[in-house]
Amino acid sequence: MSRNAQNDHLTRLEQTSIHIFREAFANFRSVCMPWSMGKDSNVLIWLARKAFCGKIPFPLLHIDTTYEFPEMYEFREKAKAIHGIDLIVRVNEDAIRRGIGYATHDPVTVTHELKTVPLKAAIDEFKWDALVTGIRRDEDPTRAKERWFSPRSAEGVWDYKDQPPEFWGQFASTAPEGGHVRVQPLLEWTELDIWEYIRRENIPNPTLYFARNGKRFRSLGCHPITHPVDSPASNIDEIIEELKQTRVSERAGRAQDHVGRNAMQALRAKGFM
Amino acid sequence: MSAPSANLSPQTSKSGSTDIEDLRKMHVVVVGHVDHGKSTFVGRLLHDTDSLPNGKIEQVRRNCAAEGMDFEYAFLLDALLEEQEQNITIDTTRIFFRTQKRAYAIIDAPGHKEFLKNMVTGAASASAALLLIDASEGVMDQSRRHAFLLSLLGVKQLVVLVNKMDLVKYDQATYEKIKTEYTAFLKSLGLTAVDFIPIAAKHGENIVNRSQPMSWWKGPTVAEALDNFRHEDDLTGLPLRLPISDIYRFDHRRIIAGRVEAGAIRPGEELIFQPGGRRSTVRTFEDWPGPSREVAGTGDSANFTLTEQIFAERGQVVSHIHNQPRVGREFRARIFWLGKEPLQTNKTYRLRLLTQNVEAVVAKVEKITDAATLESIQATSVPRDSICEVTIRAARPIAFDLHHECAITGRFAVEDAGRINGGGIILEARTEKTTREGKVTSAERAARAGHAPAVIWFTGLSGSGKSTIAENVERRLFDAGRQVVRVDGDDLRTALNRDLGFSAADRAESVRRASAVAGLFANAGKITLVTLIAPLAADRAKARAALANHPFIEVFVDAPLEICESRDVKGLYAKARRGEIAEFTGITSPYEAPESPEVHIRTDKVSTDEAVKLVLDALDKIQESKAEDWEV
Repeated sequence: MSRNAQNDHLTRLEQTSIHIFREAFANFRSVCMPWSMGKDSNVLIWLARKAFCGKIPFPLLHIDTTYEFPEMYEFREKAKAIHGIDLIVRVNEDAIRRGIGYATHDPVTVTHELKTVPLKAAIDEFKWDALVTGIRRDEDPTRAKERWFSPRSAEGVWDYKDQPPEFWGQFASTAPEGGHVRVQPLLEWTELDIWEYIRRENIPNPTLYFARNGKRFRSLGCHPITHPVDSPASNIDEIIEELKQTRVSERAGRAQDHVGRNAMQALRAKGFM
Repeated sequence: MSAPSANLSPQTSKSGSTDIEDLRKMHVVVVGHVDHGKSTFVGRLLHDTDSLPNGKIEQVRRNCAAEGMDFEYAFLLDALLEEQEQNITIDTTRIFFRTQKRAYAIIDAPGHKEFLKNMVTGAASASAALLLIDASEGVMDQSRRHAFLLSLLGVKQLVVLVNKMDLVKYDQATYEKIKTEYTAFLKSLGLTAVDFIPIAAKHGENIVNRSQPMSWWKGPTVAEALDNFRHEDDLTGLPLRLPISDIYRFDHRRIIAGRVEAGAIRPGEELIFQPGGRRSTVRTFEDWPGPSREVAGTGDSANFTLTEQIFAERGQVVSHIHNQPRVGREFRARIFWLGKEPLQTNKTYRLRLLTQNVEAVVAKVEKITDAATLESIQATSVPRDSICEVTIRAARPIAFDLHHECAITGRFAVEDAGRINGGGIILEARTEKTTREGKVTSAERAARAGHAPAVIWFTGLSGSGKSTIAENVERRLFDAGRQVVRVDGDDLRTALNRDLGFSAADRAESVRRASAVAGLFANAGKITLVTLIAPLAADRAKARAALANHPFIEVFVDAPLEICESRDVKGLYAKARRGEIAEFTGITSPYEAPESPEVHIRTDKVSTDEAVKLVLDALDKIQESKAEDWEV
């Protein structure tokens, strides 16, 4: 029996995400998709190729913090070739010259300087009015309040107190003056959905997700602040079984989320994904 | 998505069997008056279904201690700082969890009146609703307003939770009184609650575990009621409604992209595109990475090619010929208004219905209702958070259905200054007044034709193939239902230009007259094809300038002189070589090739079919970019 959106929950998620991609591409003048090379980001690439019949019609952006795992740089080149990606890479050279780094600064400062600041600079440089992001509502309580299309001010600020209504497939279709709109096709997906979809579609991913010596990465970020979790799951099937049982939250290994009581909210209000 | 109209056969649902885990998420919105305990209820539901990650309870306990408060289940959800200080849910939160039966997304919508737009956002994406009423306070304004909105938003499955039963000493009479009062209210909205469950969320009574003090309650617990909700009906059995999202031409393919909102679509089916009424047939699906599917059903994002290239654009609704949507400019609607500014008559808003986006005015406000009391309000404009019945007039025809026929094409959003400020359902189509005054505008002509006019100017040597290509382009456009006319240089010479010869001055005059004729046709809304040698660049530039009001496509029909001469269909080259025609272009008079024509065709290298396609593609491109211009 053929899959369709009614009878298969992964297909339903997939088809909805494709629709979001298409609405964004039709609505906005200039679209870009930041790419973290993590599993959600790689699923986004796959969905975008499905949405646009094989080839993504807008550029991808890698904000290189220079603290990526070495394996991620290898994966970047491999994935670029597989997917035929038009990739823009940006580094906040200025912050690195100023000595900003994990050895000397706290994770919130470094994340802001090496991710959020160069992202904003790239938006200003290329005048994108829509950014496609891979955030999911199940990752964090603040992300649970997101919209499919989420306007950001010129300063990149998310006004979560006054979000536009969104119903019947009608989204905020204009960016605020000088700002942009975050487009979030994976909002309804869970971590388990992501892995089940990766398995079904055979989507390439970094092998850091698979256990070596009893540990694996569940979420990937800068290597000094990203820690592996105890896990014997060394392949996709085992990861899926593990996720069905687990009680540990996905971003538990991401230090910048846990600095203060509302660290994630503070980061996101300033423009972090 | 709400239920289909009654004339369609019910769909069988797999969720009927309880032994198989259902992986589709059931979206359930939790609504009710502020402080009636929604967030506490959801926190408790997660706790009692054992759905919380490790450490979450401890984290909330620490946060509560930091605020100097007792432990609050509500804080599990109200994760934003402001909410913890005010103890109010500002925006909708979604929480995922699963029971033995299936996965859920619980949408916690704010009860505070300030945040009605967020409640709408949350409820519109739900298949079912839980509405909380505080047993000690009883039915309040927002209890009623939320139910009214649920009825407008099409959420048909509702369970009412009579909460805080502990505060009324678990008194069954209090429960029964609320049930009677609220049932009557729901009935006036055409709603029926599946159940009224008495609970005490704070103590976890009748959530998952049955309540000892309320042993009189024999109905389901909340968890059982959740598992009894059905998924929204599959709309695949309805007539096809596919709004076009976009048209892709990334490579040689021209792909129509859009989501099937109702019904299903298959290759080989004949389609009609409304407004406009053009018809074509599905050739193939173009799925990556393949193989392409055989059918796209409701909810599928389809991408397909057509056998006949017709004019198509974002916004049009694709259907089968035998079951089309209505097309019109005026209808009566029930609207909920969320804007800070009141909704006013005769102010221009944008009406968004699926992918259609047109200017519209509220021609008349017929009735304004206080959603909390259902009483009529006397007012000239529609205040925020009220519900009204209005006549809406769109600036140009749109495709729609009545809400009771097909909900998904029978509802729309209203945008003001770039912001969605309201929504409505279509109750009745209105026939617009047929007598309009004043001269007929080009926009009106374009709206009727379904396309803007254009001038396609074919230039090239005698025998290069201008007329052959133009005739074939004309045939294809005519068959696709477009308004098309051809102005041929040879024809002009037999009548209008009978007084002109082949001198440079006469050629310039001939080009001027041809452009004047083309302008008249284009003003009348036609796609006008001109075939004229027009050898001099300066003359052609004047023609282009004279026709600047219309999209202009210069087609350079190019073939080497030897080839044109060898074709010599009319024997003119032979005459010219014999000296019988003076100043014959290419032989005794120059031809200045266009430097940057919109289309350049080497007829010695491409077939007529390929040449025709190049011209039609250029026309499609320019008309798609002009589509906005023909809004009346």
